[in-house]
Amino acid sequence: MSIAPPTFESTPRSAAAARSEDYLWTLNFGPQHPATHTTLRLVLKLEGERVVDAMPEMGYLHSGFEKIGEHLTFNQYVTVTDRMNYISPMANNVAWHHAVETLLGIELTPRCKVIRTIIAELARISDHLLSNGAVGLDTGAFTFFLYAFYQREVIYDIFETLCGARFTNSYTRVGGLSQDMTPLVVEKIRTFVKTFPKTLDDMEKLLTRNRIFVDRTKGVGVLTKEEAINRGASGPVARASGVTRDLRKDEPCLAYADYDFQVCCASAGDCYARYLVRMQEMRESLKIVAQAVESIPAGPVNVGIGQRTALPTKQQVYSTIEGTISHFELSMSNRGFEVPCEEIYAAIEAPNGELGFYIAGDGNETAYRARCRPPSVLHFAMFPHLIRGHTLSDVVAVLGSLNIIAAELDR
Amino acid sequence: MPSATSSVDTLLAALTEVCGLFETSVFRGQTRVVVPAERLPEVLSVLKDRGLDLLVDISCVDYLDYRDPPMQMPACAGHRYGLVYLLASTATNQRLTVRVFVDDPEPAVASAVPLWEAANWLEREVWDLFGIRFTGHPDLRRLVMPEEFTAHPLRKDYPLQGRGERHNFPVITRNER
Amino acid sequence: MAVTEFGKLELPENVVVSRLDALANWCRKNSLWPMPFATACCGIELMATGASKHDLSRFGAEVFRFSPRQCDLMIVAGRVVMKMLPVLQRIWLQMHEPKWCISMGACASTGGVFDTYAVVQGVDRFIPVDMYVPGCPPRPEQLIQAIIDLQDKIQREGTITGREFDTVSRQARKRALVEIADPRMIDASRNPVIQREITADAESFAGRS
Repeated sequence: MSIAPPTFESTPRSAAAARSEDYLWTLNFGPQHPATHTTLRLVLKLEGERVVDAMPEMGYLHSGFEKIGEHLTFNQYVTVTDRMNYISPMANNVAWHHAVETLLGIELTPRCKVIRTIIAELARISDHLLSNGAVGLDTGAFTFFLYAFYQREVIYDIFETLCGARFTNSYTRVGGLSQDMTPLVVEKIRTFVKTFPKTLDDMEKLLTRNRIFVDRTKGVGVLTKEEAINRGASGPVARASGVTRDLRKDEPCLAYADYDFQVCCASAGDCYARYLVRMQEMRESLKIVAQAVESIPAGPVNVGIGQRTALPTKQQVYSTIEGTISHFELSMSNRGFEVPCEEIYAAIEAPNGELGFYIAGDGNETAYRARCRPPSVLHFAMFPHLIRGHTLSDVVAVLGSLNIIAAELDR
Repeated sequence: MPSATSSVDTLLAALTEVCGLFETSVFRGQTRVVVPAERLPEVLSVLKDRGLDLLVDISCVDYLDYRDPPMQMPACAGHRYGLVYLLASTATNQRLTVRVFVDDPEPAVASAVPLWEAANWLEREVWDLFGIRFTGHPDLRRLVMPEEFTAHPLRKDYPLQGRGERHNFPVITRNER
Repeated sequence: MAVTEFGKLELPENVVVSRLDALANWCRKNSLWPMPFATACCGIELMATGASKHDLSRFGAEVFRFSPRQCDLMIVAGRVVMKMLPVLQRIWLQMHEPKWCISMGACASTGGVFDTYAVVQGVDRFIPVDMYVPGCPPRPEQLIQAIIDLQDKIQREGTITGREFDTVSRQARKRALVEIADPRMIDASRNPVIQREITADAESFAGRS
């Protein structure tokens, strides 16, 4: 199997236009390329420096996630969801188990909801740091990237203290979490909340009013509001075009309804607006984390024994009959929890956009169909629309600002 | 949990008024409408005009191995592929799921690309992984699998580990320059 | 009395060449220029290894050149799928000798958690690999340890002309595992054919030591 360049005859254009385009130059921005967004392929048709057309190709990281979902149980599949949007794996875990718990009809404990909110917002900060860092790196600002990565290391340290893994945590379980949050983690989060705004200010000083950066990103890759809705954009990409849709406010799940934060929108729809929206969203996320970490309710983190979904504590297993039965039923492979023969869709506001799972259950503890609706697919599909007429150096800026994660794109 | 079930009811009432009665059901607050394949374009355009302006997802479920009794949608019994169209409204936050059931020799359905540009790649992916044709699609090619791939991997009769395609490559050893 | 490429010299055999070998190896090992073939999550840990907390430039390997013509170490970080493998092979062939390959992470070494129709079960089936880094993803310290071990390997086994890879023993490729026929089997070691192979491997290893 070789990689032949795709022909442009498959897109509809008139014969006369095709003949006159013989002088255009085809550039393969291949699956291995210097921009930090891995395994995407763009075939660009250039007239000098100007991009006349772009044909994006994906699938260079398609690993069959959805087929694996039909063979793994709900608690095993969370390890695979980590590897989707690998910049913010906690958000994927929260999204997957939110969908599973919607299917099973489970209501979480208050403590679990608050902890999941905190980790989802820390994942959002982590994702936006890398996304903006990558935009900086691709446009030449290496120091900005290093500052962003250093802050991500602080967040990795928090996650490692919480559950043992830097990223790809697989922290959530059906009906709760794998481990509870300890006071040390709370202390680390408080320290992060105190020190992060200063770093964010330093990072903003580097790029936000930097003449070179602004010239490279302002007016580049403009997405209007109507096009954003037509093409299915979501998350910061849509909000930077004026679509004020944020699932944290519109369909509040977990504990988002209890906290005071704002939805960040812009109206320009260009790369600079997306950069600013992400910077401001980091501040809003930090506000949520600051409020949440001061008011984590006490109590159990997993749902009770009666629900027969979360493993009971060892004390319950050894001293109560319900605990023993529940442990037996959950651990034996031919038993496990009951899943209705129904299908649902549930989405959360992931850092990249609306991340949803469409799960079809069939009575077993493995899903019959686990479809992941990734925001990156629609963002990558609208790339040719954004890049027409811009120069080759803008390709990298626009690609960075859309924050396309290849693993989420291809699954 | 998604709310606004009452306003979805008014939407469904408007749909019934324009297009006729379809089977609907509700589960965990989510409303599903089953539409026959030939009525799909008009139903989608009516729903888009009534405010469901965002196409969230198009996907498919292959019911080949599904257990009996089937889920609470009697219309799905006996069909192999169930397409799922997820629609949402940016103004009122309503959500609606449209289900279309198609069958095996030559499964085909009209394309939603004239209504939403977002449908372009979503339908290409369903074609690639399930083999359902979308008539009227401007560019129906494979999206995630290589162009030379012949099977439709997410069908239930295709094995998880594949049929040896992943081993079929030349081996490069050290003395090859 | 050895005749070297620098003319006739009256020295014990291979003294000059071995000193030059050692010097060349020292230069090469301390200035490895990685070609980051970063596909998935391991790519993020690769970037973190190059960032300021776990600094890879301490080992001379900070220069991540994305052009294969300018690199000598390819780090395959992440799962490689069928569609991407020809790209990987083309890039490997474009790199100049002497070149080495580190397979970073479980997915590049063996396929990892993804025993599916699309993922290649280990890049060493199709390109020669020198160092494997386990982990999913490996911590940056593990990758740095792998680079240090590769540096030791280069120091021990390299030659100034880079012809160490021409020996026959280097051409032995990994024996491909038997294709699994049962699609529902997630754990390959439960297949009886694989079990026999694993037992045979263990017995032959015990026999050698």
